[in-house]
Amino acid sequence: MSDTLLKVRDLKIGATIFPPGEKPRDIEIVHGVSFDLAPGKVLGLIGESGAGKSTIGLASMAYGRGGVKITGGEVWVNGRDILKGGHKDIRRLRGAEVTYVSQSAAASFNPAKKIMDQVVEAAVEQKKFSRKDAEARARVLFAKLGLPDPDNIGDRYPHQVSGGQLQRCMTALALCPEPDLVVFDEPTTALDVTTQIDVLMAIKEAIRDTGVAALYITHDLAVVAQVSDDIMVLRMGNTVEYGNVDQIINDPQEEYTKALVSVRSIEHEEKAPTPDPVLSVRNVTARYKGTQFDVLKNVNVDLYPGQTLAVVGESGSGKSTLARVITGLLPPREGEIEFAGRKLSPDLKGRSREDLRELQMIYQMADVAMNPRQTVGTIIGRPLEFYFGMRGAEKKKRIIELLDEIELGEKFIDRYPAELSGGQKQRVCIARSLAAKPKMIICDEVTSALDPLVADGILKLLLDLQKIEDVAYLFITHDLATVRAISDNIAVMYQGQVQRYGGKSKVLSPPFDDYTDLLLSSVPEMRLGWLEEVIANRKMESAGN
Amino acid sequence: MSPIVKLLAQRIALSLLLLLLISVVIFAGTIVLPGDVAQSILGQSATPEALANLRAELGVNDPPVQRYFAWLFGAMQGDLGTALTSGQDIADALSNRLWNTLFLAFWAAMVAVPLAIFLGLLAVRFKDRWPDKLISAVTLASISIPEFLIGYVLMYFVAVKLQWAPSVAMINDSMSLLDKLNSIALPVAVLTLVVLAHMMRMTRAAILNVMQSAYIETAELKGLNAFQVIYRHAFPNAVAPIVNVVMLNLAYLVVGVVVIEVVFVYPGMGQYLVDHVSKRDVPVVQACGLIFAAVYIGLNMIADIVAILSNPRLRHPK
Repeated sequence: MSDTLLKVRDLKIGATIFPPGEKPRDIEIVHGVSFDLAPGKVLGLIGESGAGKSTIGLASMAYGRGGVKITGGEVWVNGRDILKGGHKDIRRLRGAEVTYVSQSAAASFNPAKKIMDQVVEAAVEQKKFSRKDAEARARVLFAKLGLPDPDNIGDRYPHQVSGGQLQRCMTALALCPEPDLVVFDEPTTALDVTTQIDVLMAIKEAIRDTGVAALYITHDLAVVAQVSDDIMVLRMGNTVEYGNVDQIINDPQEEYTKALVSVRSIEHEEKAPTPDPVLSVRNVTARYKGTQFDVLKNVNVDLYPGQTLAVVGESGSGKSTLARVITGLLPPREGEIEFAGRKLSPDLKGRSREDLRELQMIYQMADVAMNPRQTVGTIIGRPLEFYFGMRGAEKKKRIIELLDEIELGEKFIDRYPAELSGGQKQRVCIARSLAAKPKMIICDEVTSALDPLVADGILKLLLDLQKIEDVAYLFITHDLATVRAISDNIAVMYQGQVQRYGGKSKVLSPPFDDYTDLLLSSVPEMRLGWLEEVIANRKMESAGN
Repeated sequence: MSPIVKLLAQRIALSLLLLLLISVVIFAGTIVLPGDVAQSILGQSATPEALANLRAELGVNDPPVQRYFAWLFGAMQGDLGTALTSGQDIADALSNRLWNTLFLAFWAAMVAVPLAIFLGLLAVRFKDRWPDKLISAVTLASISIPEFLIGYVLMYFVAVKLQWAPSVAMINDSMSLLDKLNSIALPVAVLTLVVLAHMMRMTRAAILNVMQSAYIETAELKGLNAFQVIYRHAFPNAVAPIVNVVMLNLAYLVVGVVVIEVVFVYPGMGQYLVDHVSKRDVPVVQACGLIFAAVYIGLNMIADIVAILSNPRLRHPK
C-alpha cells in the first residue's frame, strides 16, 4: 500500500440543471479540488449547503447523485485512478474499499429488511467474509459502537430502534467489510445534541480502533474539530482553506473561515416581564387521540407583549405539541390558554377570525409552507385580503412595504417560490405572517433547515421586526445557540414537562438541574479535546441513545 | 389485540358490509329495469290474464323488501333460486360455468402476472433506453386495441392461417388438462395482452418511486449490481401497489371476460349472463351480479391484506 490512500487531483464535477421556463443547461459545481488522505487519517470537509462537500465525498466512490457527473480530474484510491475503471471495477471498490455513512440512517436503511441482513450485505457480496464471519464481525462492531444487546439487535427491523442507534448501525454497516476509507456524510446532523455526542464519540473510537481512514463531511465546524486530523473548508465548489485542524480552528487565514469559526454575532438584551402577558398557558395537559400517555404534562408558561419565549427541548420533548395546543390543532385534555386577555377556545373551530389573525405561525420548512404555483405577491397578499379586505393598489402598496421590511424589495413580487433561496423563502413566510398584523407569532424551528450564516440573518431580521411591529415570538427550537441569541424567557422541556423556566440569564446560569446541564454541555464547542472532556464530566445519560 | 389483527379484522368486516350494500344495489337495480319477464316468456300475443297468472306464480307481485330478504337468505345458504326461463337451479348451472371462468382467468393470470412483473423490472433496469420504450409502446398498443378485435385478429392468423390452436375454445370435463390448455390458448393470449400494460406500468412506476429512496443509494454504494438493487431492495418495498393493481386486473379477468367468452364461444359465466340478460331472466342476472361483486370485493380485500402484511412496521411493532 502506498502512503496516500486517497489522492484527489483537480476534481471537477458538473450537473445538468432544469431552471423553470428555461432550457436545461450544464453547470460546474466543483471547480478543481485537490487533497490527499493517508491511511488511518481523518479529513474533515466543511462548508455550507451548495459547497460541494457531499458531492466530493461521493466522488471518492465514483458516484454522482441524480444528474451529477464527474467531468474532470483524477481520484486515486489505493494507487488506482477509479475514474478510469469500468462498471465492474467501480462495483468492486464500493462497499469493499470505500464505504459510506449517510446523514439520515432512518432513510438509508431499507425498511423491509432486518438490520443484520443490511449490515453484512456488502461484506458478503464482495466476498470479504463468509456470511457467518461477517455476522460475528457485525456483532463485535455493534458492541464496540455501544449498541444495547449487540447479539440480537441485528434481528430487529430499522423502525424498531431509535435514530441514534440506527446511526451507529449505519457506522457498523460501513465498517463491517473492513474498508480502507469511510465517507461520513453529516452522520450526526439529524440527531439531538445529547445523542450527537454519544454517536460522535462512538464514531471517533471506531475510527481509532479499526485504523480506517475517513472523510468527515459536515457543516458544523465545532463537530469536525473533534474528529479530524486535517480540515478543508469549501465554498461554492472551491477550496477556501486547507490545513491541519489546529491551524484552521486556532489560526484561520481566510475571512470566510474566520466567519465560520467566530461565534454568533447577535446580541440581545433580555427584557423584564410586563404585568399583562399576551399568552398564558395554564396547567395544560394533552395527549394524542388513541394513545395512552400524556405528551404534555401540566405545562405553565407566559409570553409577554413584544418579547420572545424560547421553548427548548429535544425531539419527543413535547415542544411542537405545545404549538399544536396553542394553535388549537390539538385541544388539551386539561388546562386553558389565555390570549390577549381573553380565553381561547380549545378547538380551532371555535376561534374567531380575530383570534386567527392575531396568532400567526412560521414553519421549519418554508418551501412546503408555500403554494409553489403562487407568486410571492399572491402569497403575501392573501392575508391582506382575508383579514383586511384589501384590494388593488392599496394591497399592492402594502405588499411592497412588507417586502421592504423583509429586505427583499419590490422586484420579488412576481417571483415563484422555486426561484428563491432557502433564506429568501423563509423571509417570504415571515412577511406573510406579519401581513396579518399579529400580536404573536409561533416560530417552529424556523432556522433549523438553514445554513448558519443565513440563519443568523433570519434571526437578526426577526429581532428587528419585533422592535418595529411589537410582536411577541414563541420560538420553538432545539438549538441552544439560537436561544441565547434571541430569547427573553426560556422554557426547557423534557418528556412533556417544563423542566426549567424563567428569564434567559436565570435559566442559563448555574446551578443547573441534571437535564439542563446535559443539554447545555452537549452543544459542540469550537475547541480541540472538548468531546473527551464533556463525556468524562457527564452526570446523566442522554435520552435518545 | 395486536394492531395488525385489528386492522385485518376491520378490513374483512368492511368487505362484508360492502358486499351487503352491493346486494341491495343489485336487487334494486334489477327491479327498476324496464321489461317484464312474463311478457318475454309468453311472447307478444299473451292475454292479460295469462300474464297476471304467470306474474303471481313467479312472485313478482310481492313487496320488494320481502323479496329482497328472501333472496338474500337464500343466497347466503347457496340457493340462488331458479331460472325463470328454463326452470333450472341457478346454483347448479352456474357452478360449472363459474369454474370454467375461473379456469380461464387462472391461466391468464399465471401467464400475465409474472410476465408483467418481469417486464416491469426490465423496464426499470433499462429506464428511458430502448427496451423500456419498446415494452411501454407494445403493451400500451395492446391495451388500446379493443379486445374483441385482438381476439379476431389472433383467431385469423394463429388459428386459421397457422392452425396452431383451435379458434373455438370449447372445453368439457372429459378433456385432459393439456387438451384444455390447448383449447384456451387463444383466449388466454388475448386476456394477457389486455391486462399486461396496467400491471407492467404499475410495477415500473412503483419501483421507480422506491428507487428515489436513500436506501437504494446505500445499496448502490455497497457495490451491488442493478438487478440485485432492484430485486432485493426496491421490489420488497413496492409490493403493496403492485399487488393492488394485480388484484384489480385479476378481478377484471374474472368479471370482464364476457366479451372474450362470447368471441371464443367459451362456456363460462359471461356467456351465461349475456344469454339471460336478453331473456329478462332477473334471478340469473342477480346471481351473476352477486358473484361478480363477491369476486371483485374479495380480490381487492386480498390486495389490502397483502399491503398490510407487507408493511414491516405493522408486522413487527416496536
